[in-house]
Amino acid sequence: MEYKTHIRVRNLSVSYGKEQALKNVTVDLPEKKITAIIGPSGCGKTTLLKSFNRLIDSIDGIKVQGEVYLNGDNIYGPGIDVTHLRKKMGLLSQRPHPLPMSIYDNVAYGPRIHGIRKKRRLNEIVEHYLRESSLWDEVKDRLHTPASRLSVGQQQKLCLARGLAVEPQIILGDEPTSALDPNASQRIEKKFLQLKEKYTIIIVTHILRQAMRLADYVVFMYLGELIEHGPAQRVFKEPQEELTRGYIKGVII
Amino acid sequence: MKLRFVEEKFFNLLMVVSTVLIVASLVAILVTVFIKGLPALRLSMITQVPKGGFYLGKEGGILNAILGSLYLAGGATVLAIFISLPIVIYFNVYAPERSVFVNLCRFSLDVLWGVPSIVFGAFGFTIMLFFGLRASLLGGIIAVALLILPVMSRAMDEVVKMVPRGLLEASYSLGATKLETSVKVVVRQALPGILTAVLVAFGRGIGDAASVIFTAGFTDSIPISLMRPAATLPLAIFFQLGTPFPEVQERAYASALVLTFMILVISIAARLLTKSFTKHVIK
Amino acid sequence: MGYDEQAQRNDNAKTGTSAMHLIRGLQDKLARISMLALACFAGLLVLLMALGLYLRSWPILESMPLMELLLSSSWHPLKGEFGLLPFLAGTVWVTGVSIVIAVPFSLLCAMYLAEYAPTRIREWVKPLVDLLAGIPSVVYGICGILIIVPLIKDYFAPLFGSFSTGYSVLAGGVVLAVMVFPIIIHVSLEVFASVPYEVREASLALGATRWQTTKKVVMRRAMPGILAAAVLGLSRAFGETMAVLMVAGNVARVPKSLLDPAYPLPALIANNYGEMMSVPLYDSALMLASLVLLLVVLFFNVLSRLILIRIERGIQ
Repeated sequence: MEYKTHIRVRNLSVSYGKEQALKNVTVDLPEKKITAIIGPSGCGKTTLLKSFNRLIDSIDGIKVQGEVYLNGDNIYGPGIDVTHLRKKMGLLSQRPHPLPMSIYDNVAYGPRIHGIRKKRRLNEIVEHYLRESSLWDEVKDRLHTPASRLSVGQQQKLCLARGLAVEPQIILGDEPTSALDPNASQRIEKKFLQLKEKYTIIIVTHILRQAMRLADYVVFMYLGELIEHGPAQRVFKEPQEELTRGYIKGVII
Repeated sequence: MKLRFVEEKFFNLLMVVSTVLIVASLVAILVTVFIKGLPALRLSMITQVPKGGFYLGKEGGILNAILGSLYLAGGATVLAIFISLPIVIYFNVYAPERSVFVNLCRFSLDVLWGVPSIVFGAFGFTIMLFFGLRASLLGGIIAVALLILPVMSRAMDEVVKMVPRGLLEASYSLGATKLETSVKVVVRQALPGILTAVLVAFGRGIGDAASVIFTAGFTDSIPISLMRPAATLPLAIFFQLGTPFPEVQERAYASALVLTFMILVISIAARLLTKSFTKHVIK
Repeated sequence: MGYDEQAQRNDNAKTGTSAMHLIRGLQDKLARISMLALACFAGLLVLLMALGLYLRSWPILESMPLMELLLSSSWHPLKGEFGLLPFLAGTVWVTGVSIVIAVPFSLLCAMYLAEYAPTRIREWVKPLVDLLAGIPSVVYGICGILIIVPLIKDYFAPLFGSFSTGYSVLAGGVVLAVMVFPIIIHVSLEVFASVPYEVREASLALGATRWQTTKKVVMRRAMPGILAAAVLGLSRAFGETMAVLMVAGNVARVPKSLLDPAYPLPALIANNYGEMMSVPLYDSALMLASLVLLLVVLFFNVLSRLILIRIERGIQ
């Protein structure tokens, strides 16, 4: 199967102080597919994910070397507007972080920041993306109540709607179901499978089964190094590396 | 073997006695002010300005000082907010984590918190001489704003520090700048704590006398201009008490009751507000 | 779904405009710079204050040697004599008395609240202590005049066969002690809370009584912090103005006993602002007094804050 590359990572190394979190990672991530980054905890999965929208910038004493190309532009190159870059990627974090405002304002937050002021247009956007993340029916009568009153699963859906509302090309998920109960997780997973029609989705997960259910493409990390990557089918069926095989069998945790 | 249990009982008793004594001193203060102040309290005291011969025992009230204190503490609080909030946002959003500069600033603010208010008054006075200002409402506002700056900013700092990192990242990942994130997310999340900090600072500003002796002056009329002197309640109490006339001294007690009442209202409001503004706050 | 694709393209055109990005970026930069400037201002304010007061006290420092100013006890502004000793001595007396009273009581109270008291009592007492901290110093002064001063005049002084107006070192010390209770209690409570629970358990498990545990284990751990708390209280008492001004008697002589009147430094500054501009060097002398006050308090504060920071580091 041929993939169209969306994010091209070249010789990416990241270190915090003395600790090296990523060692010389080079990989191409496909467009409009679900890529799962897997590996034992502390292997640099989250660092790799957050290097895509430069959220790692604000970490203390961080050093980044190498390049990450998005649509051909190096996002660590000079003259890159970080806010513009981040607008292209929606982030779902481990625990949902609704903003301290109403449900409506949560979804409208991004569009407002990026210059949309018209009430009617905002209404359309809010409804559209709440529908898109299957939350509309549950909240349409209480759009102006605080987001903090939603259940955790609903909050994560709200975060998804909020991320989609800035029209990203890519959705980044940092173990997006780890705080949810099995039912809510399942609904989010289903949503991802629908969303890959329009978006490139990259998720970090420590649940191997989840990666198997969702992923088209798999990246296996171990202690900051990229060990193996390839189409999910191949990596799970015939892993090339000893480490990958061990992880998939559950020997390495 | 027996001795150590006697010792235990003895010190236990001492502790309880100390605690009771400390609580009792608070009660004694409130009761004294109430008993002494209430008989002398008249409606005219809080609705009128001093008439001729007020300090000799004639007609009038202390409205000038009540309003003066409110204006002064209000102005100082607003000014201090405009300094504290940006500082605190710089500390917690803009500056790198574990920045030496930020820690030095925090240390400096802590030290400033212990500087006596009379020194703020003297410093405010030197600033005023430098700019050629006379004792005025503006001068008082500047001195009191500096006085409450450390209280307010360190209290705000403690609450803004508690805003979860993930909330900031959520906002950044939508393409918001640090400024937008600060104004729309951080301040909102920390709002209850920020309001408490503001009220505590306001209370301190209203009650302080030493910093305004030099800077705000005193007058018998209600302040109408930033450039004119302004009366303050603590100073009004002090001056009334300083007269040799018992009637005027009794009015000082009544004024002290008014001041204590205002302080109590502010500190109770601080507690209530904290509870009622938590609607949008995320856990 | 009926979602307007054209509108979305319009949005994209609008949100993609570089002019808007430029403005937002510029706002952010501007905010960063002004916030940094304000932070610098706040960080340097202490030094600025010292510098301002130093410049103002320059005239008197130029005309008289510092040692003479600090150690002479003759204070006659009209004759050009500005000996600060009586005021320094007054402050030291009053502060000393207040600390001697305040430290044991507030320490025992903090110990009770931290180690012994049931939660319900703690939840009640803590806000009351905070309230005590919020009471204006003029009100403390009034209560001093109404309660403490008559008590000393009518009961305490006759007890020792001497006469006192009541306006004395002792009155100032007692009033100040009540004022510094909340500070010492507040800081000590934090220090006690920083002692890990396991330490207490270990001692109790060895059969020690609660008091023995508190005395030998908790106190030993908390000692530097308690010292810091006491020093913070001390510096507050040192600079407190209005309350002592009202009860200490204000006689410019070095006090010789608890029942003598005192004239503490802050009271001197506050009391004389009226005439200070009309007598040569008077204002400069008062600014020098403020500077001395500031430097002493700074020394105490820096000391205790450094101790507290070390404790905080120790927890992490």
